[in-house]
Amino acid sequence: MLDIKNLHVSYGGIRALQGISLHVPEGKIISLLGANGAGKSTTLRTIMGIVKPTEGSIEFLGGNILGMKSFQVVMKGIALVPEGRRVFTNLTVTENLALGAYTRNDKVQIQQDIEEIYELFPRLREREKQSAGTLSGGEQQMLALGRALMSKPKLLMIDEPSLGLAPVLSQGVLSRLKELNQTRGQTILLIEQNARAALSIADYAYILETGRITLEGPAAELATNDAVRKTYLGIH
Amino acid sequence: MNFEAFLQNLSNGISLGSLYALIAIGYTMVYGILRLINFAHGDLVMLGSYVAFYGVAMFMLPWWLAFPLAILVTAGVGIVIERSAYKPLRDFPRINLFTAAVAVSFLLENLGIVIFGGRPKAFERPAFMDQMLNLGGVSIVSYTPIIIITALVLFGLLLLVIYRTKAGMAMRALSKDIEATGLMGVNTDKIIMFAFMLGSALAAAGGILWAIKFPQINPLMGVMPGLKAFIAAVLGGIGNVGGAMIGGFLLGIVEIMIVAFFPELSGYRDAFAYAILILLLLFRPTGIMGEVQAEKV
Repeated sequence: MLDIKNLHVSYGGIRALQGISLHVPEGKIISLLGANGAGKSTTLRTIMGIVKPTEGSIEFLGGNILGMKSFQVVMKGIALVPEGRRVFTNLTVTENLALGAYTRNDKVQIQQDIEEIYELFPRLREREKQSAGTLSGGEQQMLALGRALMSKPKLLMIDEPSLGLAPVLSQGVLSRLKELNQTRGQTILLIEQNARAALSIADYAYILETGRITLEGPAAELATNDAVRKTYLGIH
Repeated sequence: MNFEAFLQNLSNGISLGSLYALIAIGYTMVYGILRLINFAHGDLVMLGSYVAFYGVAMFMLPWWLAFPLAILVTAGVGIVIERSAYKPLRDFPRINLFTAAVAVSFLLENLGIVIFGGRPKAFERPAFMDQMLNLGGVSIVSYTPIIIITALVLFGLLLLVIYRTKAGMAMRALSKDIEATGLMGVNTDKIIMFAFMLGSALAAAGGILWAIKFPQINPLMGVMPGLKAFIAAVLGGIGNVGGAMIGGFLLGIVEIMIVAFFPELSGYRDAFAYAILILLLLFRPTGIMGEVQAEKV
């Protein structure tokens, strides 16, 4: 579904990505793991057209999406839940969800989908008229996820959903992602620092170190790999 | 001062305030989205009144055609300014954008002098705006209520756009986080252009109404209303549309009332607004409706 080949990105003099290639097949959960500053967020931001690469190609459903602006990438069917959630704190919960459906014009269906999000996250329904700024961190993460789903993305990308959340909450978010994948066949590209949690729900994973992919493989295999266990799972 | 004179002054203050408010909205919308003080905004006030003037005096259009046309033309010029002077600079340090705004302001003023001529022109009010009205024993000129009502109708329309339309929702989101708004599939360039268009249209409406109230126009006429409206926007809390309206009315009323109660101070009339600005920056820089913005680390 998504094919990235030999992607290079530089900020000023810093080479954030040095030729990464990855593949996200339809219906799978792919995880991109790595430490802070490895280039995970940069990869997602480049896919969304926020950052311009110096070299490489990004294809989605067989068509080039490189050089597109964010809104055009969204219209192609990719949604990003950005790092730090970034919900619109000056809009209500419902407005945040409605904005997620900005590219759609089917009003009735949008209304039904908002209902569906509220069924998925009942906590949000209780707060539908409140401004998103009054939500807790966990609720904001649910809202950010719901908002991204409102565009009916073919590919859902999530940047560090468990960042700043209590372990119980982040486990909840991840199990929701697994559920979405299993019940709707939602394709997901997940970025996580918490490798253990990510590997537990992913089908396939890539490990990114200072701008290069150093290891890749089925999640179950990586979870038993000695190097991975040492560096990312803290098992010696 | 008797009660009748008080009411006269009050209506005068409200009509002046509604003009400040109309102009202040453009400052506050652009600031809210781009964090840019658009110094050329006051000059769109001038442009609006000149286009209306030429529409009536040169092209012999009826006022009800010339005025809306002038608003449309000015909105178009606002879009051209944004596209040509501001958009290319959006990713540069903010000082570049600021300098560009000052340059556009000078450009418009001097183009005005070259094209329209430096000599002031007499703006002719439609006759029905020049009637003396007697409202409950208070006599006022008909343009006063016309200005106030027109401004209120425009405010109502603007609030409808901002709070009841999809584009308005995107505009509110944009003022919080441009990048995240783009991630929602919003064409942010288009919405920014739309905000400039709305602000410029309101500036033109303000300019035409200004010329109706003070019927002499010149190429530098936008400077003072522009500065006052900017102060009104800061007073209300810059970035906040409701605040700009409140700040505008407040500034207009206070300005007129101070002169009314202390006629010996009338020479300092313009100084009041600046005194308010200085006090405001010292004691409540966020204005009446403004929220304290936490600096992102």
